[in-house]
Parts: sequence; C-alpha cells; structure tokens
Amino acid sequence: MRRVLHYVLAALLVLGLAVFVAACGDDDDDGSANKKDDVSLTQGRDLTIAVITHGEGDTFWSVAKKGAEQAGEDMGVTVKYSESANDPQKHAQLIDSAVTEKVDGIATSVPNADALRDPLKKAADAGIPIVTLNSGQGDSAALGAITHVGQDESVAGEAAGKRLAESASGKLLCVVHEQGNTGLEERCAGAKKGFGGEVENVQVKGVADIATSVTELQSKLESDDAVTAVLTLNPDIAVAGRDAIQGASSDAKLATFDLSGDVVKAVKAGEIEFAVDQQQYLQGYLPVVFLTLFNTNANTVGGGLPVLTGPGFVDKSNADTVEQLATEGTR
Amino acid sequence: VAGPEPGAGPTPEEEETEVTNPATTVEPPTPPTTSVVDERLADVSLMTRVLRRPELGALLAAAVIGLFFALTADPFGTLDGAANWTDVASTLGIPAVAVALLMIGGEFDLSAGVMTGTAGLFMGIMATEVDMNIWLAILLTLVFCGSIGFLNGFMVVKTKLPSFIVTLATFFVLTGVNLGVTKEITGTVRVAGISEASGFDTAFDIFGGTFWEPYDFRLSVLWWVLITALATWVLARTRVGNWIFGVGGDPVAARNVGVPVPRVKIALFMTTALASALVGIMIALRLGSMQAGQGIGDEFNYIIAAVVGGCLLTGGFGSAIGASVGALIIGMAFIGIQFSGWNTDWRFLFLGVILLLAVLVNNFVRRSAEGARK
Repeated sequence: MRRVLHYVLAALLVLGLAVFVAACGDDDDDGSANKKDDVSLTQGRDLTIAVITHGEGDTFWSVAKKGAEQAGEDMGVTVKYSESANDPQKHAQLIDSAVTEKVDGIATSVPNADALRDPLKKAADAGIPIVTLNSGQGDSAALGAITHVGQDESVAGEAAGKRLAESASGKLLCVVHEQGNTGLEERCAGAKKGFGGEVENVQVKGVADIATSVTELQSKLESDDAVTAVLTLNPDIAVAGRDAIQGASSDAKLATFDLSGDVVKAVKAGEIEFAVDQQQYLQGYLPVVFLTLFNTNANTVGGGLPVLTGPGFVDKSNADTVEQLATEGTR
Repeated sequence: VAGPEPGAGPTPEEEETEVTNPATTVEPPTPPTTSVVDERLADVSLMTRVLRRPELGALLAAAVIGLFFALTADPFGTLDGAANWTDVASTLGIPAVAVALLMIGGEFDLSAGVMTGTAGLFMGIMATEVDMNIWLAILLTLVFCGSIGFLNGFMVVKTKLPSFIVTLATFFVLTGVNLGVTKEITGTVRVAGISEASGFDTAFDIFGGTFWEPYDFRLSVLWWVLITALATWVLARTRVGNWIFGVGGDPVAARNVGVPVPRVKIALFMTTALASALVGIMIALRLGSMQAGQGIGDEFNYIIAAVVGGCLLTGGFGSAIGASVGALIIGMAFIGIQFSGWNTDWRFLFLGVILLLAVLVNNFVRRSAEGARK
C-alpha cells in the first residue's frame, strides 16, 4: 500500500513538473505571438486597467476602490484593483506585474516617487498609458502620466479659508497634527491666503493622543481670545477641536478636512461649520474613465494640469445625503 | 539530494558521525551509506529516502501552485511573469534561508523583518546625510546589523531566555528606532535621494539591477540562489552544518560531544541579521529611498517560508532549499493572485489557504515517509 502511494506521489511530481515546464514553454510562445497582434487588436479587445494604490483596506481607500470598480462596470472594462499597504517595494512589484500582464492602462497613487520611478518608466516604455491619483501631483508629469487626479492641498486650503472668512473674521487657528507632513503645511498656507486675516499654525500631539491634543487646543483657546475660527486637518482632530472649543467656552467657528461618521454628525448638529471632502470615489472612478478613453479614442484629459476631485464641501445643507452615501460606501 | 538524512537517525549526533567520519557508519541505526551491509540496518528504498527529504512536500506544493497559476492566470507561466514572482520570492527567500538555519539550530528571530528596514535606513542616512560613499555605507551597515545579531544571540545564550522574547524586544526597539531616528534626522518618515550618493551606480549594478535582457530578472534572484546553495552546502557537507543540527536537536548532547553551542547560536543570529541587512540594502538601492516602516511583519513570512519548507518549530530538522521553495510559494501566490485579478480584499485569505495547503501536503508526504520506515 505504502509502496503504491510512493509511486503515485512520484508520478504526480514528475507529471506536475512536466506539465509545468510545458506550460511555461507554451505561454511563452503565446506571449511573443501576442506582441505582434497587439497593435491591430487594441481597438476591438477587452480593456484591462490596473488600479494600484498605497491603501491598506481602510475606510478611505475602500471608497476609492468602489469608484474604480463602478467605473469598470460603467465603461465595460476589466479593473484590477490592488493595494500595497504603503509598502513601496510591494507597490513597485505590483506595477511591474501589471506591465508584464500588458494591461491597457495603469492608474496609481504615487506616495513615494523615488520608489516608483523605475517601474513606471518601464510601463511608459512598454507604451502603457499612466494616470496618477491621490498623491504625486508634483511628480505626475515627470513620471510620464497623462494627468493627475486628486486634490490640490493649497487650492483646498484656500477654499476652506475663504469659506471660513464668510462666517468669522479675525484670527484663524490652523491645527497641524503631524510634524513634517508638507501636505498639511500647504493646506495651512492655502487657508492663510483664502482667509485674509491673521492665521496662526498650532502644533498638537496628534491622532495617537487625542486627549492631550484636546488639552493643548483648549489652553490655546483660553489664552488667546482673538481666535474666531479653527481649521483642523483630520476628522479625529476635528472632534478634539469641538471638545476644546466647548471646554474653553469659546465662540470660535470650526471647520475640518476629511470626513468621518462623527464629523458628519457634528456638521448636522451645527458644531462643525463644514468639512472639506476630497471625494476619493472620483480618484478611483475618473482614472479608469480617462484610461479607457485614451485607449478607445486617444483622448487626453487635463491638458497637462491635474484634475481636481476636491475640495467638495459637506455642510448642513447636504450632510443628510452624504451620511446616507457614506453608509453605502461611496463617500 | 546527497546530503545527510536529517530525519532518518533518531538523534542528530549520528548524522554528524555519518558525514564527518563515514568510517563510523557501523553505528546503528544509521541508513546505509557505504557498501558494507550490516544486518542491523533496515533496507531503505531510494523512494522512501526521497520522501523523507524535508523539502519534498514544499516542492510538490510549489509545482501544484505554479501549475495552477500557469494554467489559469495568463502571463504567469511566461519568463516575463517568472521575473515578477522570482523577484518577490528572492527578497523573502534570502532571509528565509538564514531563518531556516536558525530554526534548525533551535531558535527564532522576530527582528529579522524590521532589520531590513533598519539596514536600508542606516545605509540611506549614511549615504545621504553623512555624504558617505555608498560602498562604505554598505560595509558599515553590515557591521552595524551584524552586531545587533550578535547582541540577539549573546542575550539568548547568556540569559537562557527564549529567543522568542529576546528578539521580540529587539523587534520593538528597532521599530521605534527606525521611526524615531528617521523623523529626527530627515523630518519625514523616509530617507530619500540615495541614488545621488557617490558610488551608487556600481552598487546598484551588483545589488539592485537586473539580468537576462528582455525579461529583466532581478539580480536579487541570483543572490538568492547563491545563498541557498551556500547554506545547503554548509548544512550537508560541513562540520558547522552538523553542529547546527546538533545544537537544535539536543543542545546538551551536542555540548557533550564537543560542539561549541553558544558560538554556533550567536553565529546563527548574526547570519540571520546579515541576510536581512543584505535584503534591506538591496531594497534601498532599488527604490532609491527607504521608508521607516519597511519590513515590519515580514519576519512571519520568513518563518512561514521555513516551516512550509520543512523546518520544525522545535529545531533539529529542516533544510535551506525547503525555505527557498517556501519563499517561492509565497512569491508565486502573491503575483499569481495579482495576475488572476481576484478581489484583493480576499488576498490574505487566499494566501492563508495556499500556505495551509502547502503545509498539509508537506506534512502528509512526510508522515507517509515516516510511516514507511521499518
């Protein structure tokens, strides 16, 4: 019995290896044959678009993923969405494998241009159109992308500042919760431009220690009566800002970047004036549309400039709608 | 497959005598390796001996998984596709081989993953902030990581604490240092601009580049094959290899026959640290930048690769080739799932199931072989 088992296993092993080697050979032949047909068949063939982000299955990126998948359905193309969990090496490998697959378009976020330069160059050399999304606006053109789909931080900051100025004149506190994040500094600089009045950046402990952040903000508000408006750059810090304003019995108006369930509730309750939404659903949806149009109609969107998905505003007027859409996972 | 039969003798010491001194193979119950037939020795068929190899199950699983993806996911079976999955496998496989040696020696290293980040960041900071020549930076990185490995081993040997605890502490320390020091020095969470350092091009050509023109296999694949071969040779053909099996199988018995147990263990920890450092250097050169969180969590992939490849968690048994095949399975699954276009929400489920199947096949094959033993 055991002897029989041995021979069966051996036969399986040999068979497996043989078929594997054969499969390698076969597919290789197909590959070179495909290359020749590529040019003429692009129009009539089903398109495949690879969407690669640095997400980690989190709330933010699951919305973008939904956008990409919906776009695939609407455009009638195959969308392959994958995430690198913010691992630049994996991100590069995912782009490499998309190039090997000879996809018809790559949409990728670029959190670290250094790491993705080589694989994206390979994609460009292979004639695969690229659209960058979410992060990497500054590097997009140099990486050979058709366009960038995302939110311009300083434009969004400026719009937020302008809007705050409508309801509060005087002094604006811009709450920075991460040290050395240039995106946050850009938002505050933009807010200064839009607000017009005096703007002070204040550094708080951050998302990892909300309690301390509340205390820091509260003591700042108590010691400075001139503050009439507060702009936070993260939904958790927004909630901290609300608590601090209530704790200090201040009349300062509060606005924030980005959404969360708590923020939408606070907007409905009038505790937060508005939230700036970068609408990441569009950051998944639009690149697929652009790449499809590039393939089928040689269209290029953006004219060398980024396509902005934000700032969208969530205030009392649309909070109910957004809340419902958020439960459906598209906002 | 001409090495010792690690699973065949009841204690590793017999393997030692078998290899280092073939003349003493008259000791029972060593498998017959000489033409002298001893009536106390069972006649073991070639088949059974093949089945008893620790890496056979992994090879079988790798063949099945490779075949599956080659037939279902289009470019997987082409050389272009192979360049992708061997790349993923190589950066896992290099530390996995070292981890396998360490596990055969009866110890764990949970700091092996984060060490890749430490190495890349250290090299990057030396090259960009201190403006050092990249080769000098690489040398210093290897010295630095080697000494962390030495500390790991030294603490394990001296305190007699489980290496699981000691290296878990190292893991946390390095995770904190990686982030803290990087932010302190660069103000961001990454070290960038490594490609501008002097000597970068030559270093890149050796550690980061590609070979075999149209397909562009990564050089790390060559390193991986080389290191696997070296580790296999050490395990199968040298006295140190027998020491490793002995130290992991029964340290007391090993010491009694004259094996320098502490030195072997410390050397194994240093080897693991150096293998991780090598991969960290490769990644940093390849990407031209290094992120502070690099490598965290990879230690489990190394251990999984070693276990899939036939290493026992209890030590004293395993193979370097097996660990490499284990890494190959993980690499094939990662890229295969990507090519298949399966919903990536489920990626870890697929990965988990594939790994479980690989371990089960491995286990089944080994059991059958063990059962066949007289």
